[in-house]
Amino acid sequence: MSEKATRAAYGEALAELGAVNSKVVALDADLAHATMTVTFKNAFPDRHFNAGIAEANMTGMAAGMAAMGLIPFCSTFAMFGAGRAYEQVRNSIAYPRLNVKLAMTHAGVSVGEDGGSHQCVEDLALMRAIPGMTVICPADASETRRAVFAAAEMDGPVYLRLARLASPVFEEEQPFEIGRANVLREGADVAVFATGLMVSESLAAAKLLEERGVSAAVINVHTIKPIDAQRVTEYAQKCGRVVTVEEHSVIGGLGDAVAEVLMGKVSCAFKKIGVQDRFGQSGKAKEVLREYGLTAPQIAESIREVL
Amino acid sequence: MNMNTAQLQGFCTAVRRDIINMTANAGSGHPGGSLSAVELVSAIFCTQMRIDPKNPRDPDRDRFVLSKGHAAPCYYGVLAELGFFDRAEFESFRQLHGILQGHPDMKKVPGVDASTGSLGQGVSIAVGMALAARHMGKDTRVFTVLGDGECQEGQVWEAFMAANHYKLDNLTVVVDNNGLQIDGSNDEVMGLGDLAGKLRAFGFQTIEVSDGNDLEQVLSALSAPAQPGRPKAILAHTCKGKGVSFMEGQVGWHGKAPSEDQRRQALQELEG
Repeated sequence: MSEKATRAAYGEALAELGAVNSKVVALDADLAHATMTVTFKNAFPDRHFNAGIAEANMTGMAAGMAAMGLIPFCSTFAMFGAGRAYEQVRNSIAYPRLNVKLAMTHAGVSVGEDGGSHQCVEDLALMRAIPGMTVICPADASETRRAVFAAAEMDGPVYLRLARLASPVFEEEQPFEIGRANVLREGADVAVFATGLMVSESLAAAKLLEERGVSAAVINVHTIKPIDAQRVTEYAQKCGRVVTVEEHSVIGGLGDAVAEVLMGKVSCAFKKIGVQDRFGQSGKAKEVLREYGLTAPQIAESIREVL
Repeated sequence: MNMNTAQLQGFCTAVRRDIINMTANAGSGHPGGSLSAVELVSAIFCTQMRIDPKNPRDPDRDRFVLSKGHAAPCYYGVLAELGFFDRAEFESFRQLHGILQGHPDMKKVPGVDASTGSLGQGVSIAVGMALAARHMGKDTRVFTVLGDGECQEGQVWEAFMAANHYKLDNLTVVVDNNGLQIDGSNDEVMGLGDLAGKLRAFGFQTIEVSDGNDLEQVLSALSAPAQPGRPKAILAHTCKGKGVSFMEGQVGWHGKAPSEDQRRQALQELEG
């Protein structure tokens, strides 16, 4: 399986999109070579606007550009775009429902060496809480490309959660529709709902479980909001056991979004795998993921606990 | 839009009356900072902007951002007097389901180009608009009015830096320098220092207006020729509560509505 970071796929997709949609512009806050908007900049230098190290202003500028009819893709690290500029996203962009796409990279603990200050594990919770915000966390490079195009296609604010770490690219392309989760693997004993980089880890975990006679369904929840309530309910009912897997705090992210769907509706065993109310820390990305229990063997072990 | 100074004077008085009526009806709102900004906002709308009240979403219109969104009653008064919506809407100010929210909502009010109210964010939006206009090859001009206390927000200076960096000569920033904020004077709360000097240092063509409630002075600053490649800033010294004797220069009238007696007195004074 080849590997590619979703941020790299984002830069390429944005350049590809820019060629067919002249309204698309990009904003960055001095991180173009990390968020990979540099790929778009190389193709369209006059459509890439650097705001400098000033995320609040970048967010407001994007709002103003959208109000003029452009489709701004606004990028920096998730920590600063969703965290530092939270209130600008909320009031300048989401409150007037402006057509800004917030594509934030370096989300989660897989940032690695930069450490906990730069590993945003709260962005899904923050963005999900904003009325009218669409929240997407693509699982691999090709899904990222389709997510970028789908985000540009819809009118309204979208948050795209992207990763720094190169991760497996699935061999088969899945259909992509905002708000519609994809079943990647059928199973009967447990429904595993995963998002972002945790989708490939969960698939690998399901294979390990299969060797032990456990049949795990794996569902790629690429859209955290609006969540695919129908599919979540269907698989929770069918399997009777639910596990959610995310490279995000277990507070407010995918796990809670799934729980909100099922609460009072489906009676089942339920477990949230994710960052357990801790900050991240420095280390090689894969070591850090292991420290937080987010590798396939650990996920498999964790899933076994609900069986 | 075009109006002579005498007509504009009458327009400003009508807007002041609107402010008093709106805040008194609602029993809340911000009369002080609305009254200080009347000449600034009125002059921009009536003499500078290319707008059509009958076609408020015209893509080629000029844009206005009220960064000090709490001065919404002034903004609503100006828009209604120009015919963007019916003055009967004043009854809905700050009321459930009304279009005239406590702070301006671009999705609800014809003529409002940006939703504002959270201080410090409007200049960034205006910078984005001005940059987008130039990028799109439009001759659109963008105006924004912000408060002096608002300049305590760091984002304002991020936006000023960007306005200069991108050489936005289609942008005019007007600071309503009434000297007062909620907890006291600017100097008591958080001194702003040499605002004019700071604006100059940030690259703005800076015009200081000693009386920002004097129409002649405001008009002359607004019509001063733009310097190519430089954003324009007008630092207007104004009087908070201007036009209503018991509100003028009073910190307490930042966010308090007049009673019925006070409304009557204020409207009498505004008969001229």
